[in-house]
Amino acid sequence: MNRELEQANRRLLRARDAMDRTYAQPLDVPSLARIAFVSEAHFIRTFRSTFGETPHRYLQRRRVERSMFLLRETDRSVTDICLDVGFSSLGTFSRTFRDIVGESPTDYRKRANVPLAPTCFTMSWMRPSSFGEARTPADP
Amino acid sequence: MLNAITISHVWVLDQDEALDFYVGKLGLEVTSDQNLGFMRWLTVGVPGQPGRDILLELPGPPSMDEATGQQIRAEITKGASGFAVGFSTDDAHKTYETLLAKGVEFTQEPVEREYGTDMGLRDPFGNHIRIVQFAAVPASTTRS
Repeated sequence: MNRELEQANRRLLRARDAMDRTYAQPLDVPSLARIAFVSEAHFIRTFRSTFGETPHRYLQRRRVERSMFLLRETDRSVTDICLDVGFSSLGTFSRTFRDIVGESPTDYRKRANVPLAPTCFTMSWMRPSSFGEARTPADP
Repeated sequence: MLNAITISHVWVLDQDEALDFYVGKLGLEVTSDQNLGFMRWLTVGVPGQPGRDILLELPGPPSMDEATGQQIRAEITKGASGFAVGFSTDDAHKTYETLLAKGVEFTQEPVEREYGTDMGLRDPFGNHIRIVQFAAVPASTTRS
């Protein structure tokens, strides 16, 4: 039983890695379910039970993390960044960004500093939380 | 005071499968393979770099109870073991193509960063590995 769980985890991780690579594309549950060797309905359920959030929410956080990077380190407009990371609507992007990060993309850009760490770690460790504890700038 | 890092470890789920990957695919060499009775002491290292080993270690009894071992195995397979090990290379793109042809599972193809050309991959169990061709003069950041 445990070996089955490990193999299922590993296949789901492979699907999550694919989401990380193709974050700017629409969420393709059928393709991800094929990578994970499960049905589409089972994919969403098992992804959530394994990683603690739905595939949709994971993708949102991945996109917001990428947008935070672009806001910090480029001069591209908020609209361009919104489209770059896979959102099709500026309103949805701004609402999702504020929901996850706790402030607007413009406000984030004003205060953000470029972190002195390798990008692979900022990608993992600066990704905003999806569990409601995202801090606002006023938090300690 | 301390003067070197000599050994670190990576959890693996099967030591023979780990050898196939770390030696057969990544090109490391076995630096020690001993049956100690209570465990198989299996270490690998980069050829030509003695004294810096990676212990390919199995989680489970007798060093921990079976349930804890199972928890660790589950965490590894869902990618929660964190960053396992980083390597450097002289030619990132050639290394990428070589490993890709061997069936290595990449999470990130080579990308240019301030500190060099960086890529990510997973071992067969889910551990996260990075390979970097460091820039001659890193622009503004620390080495990973």
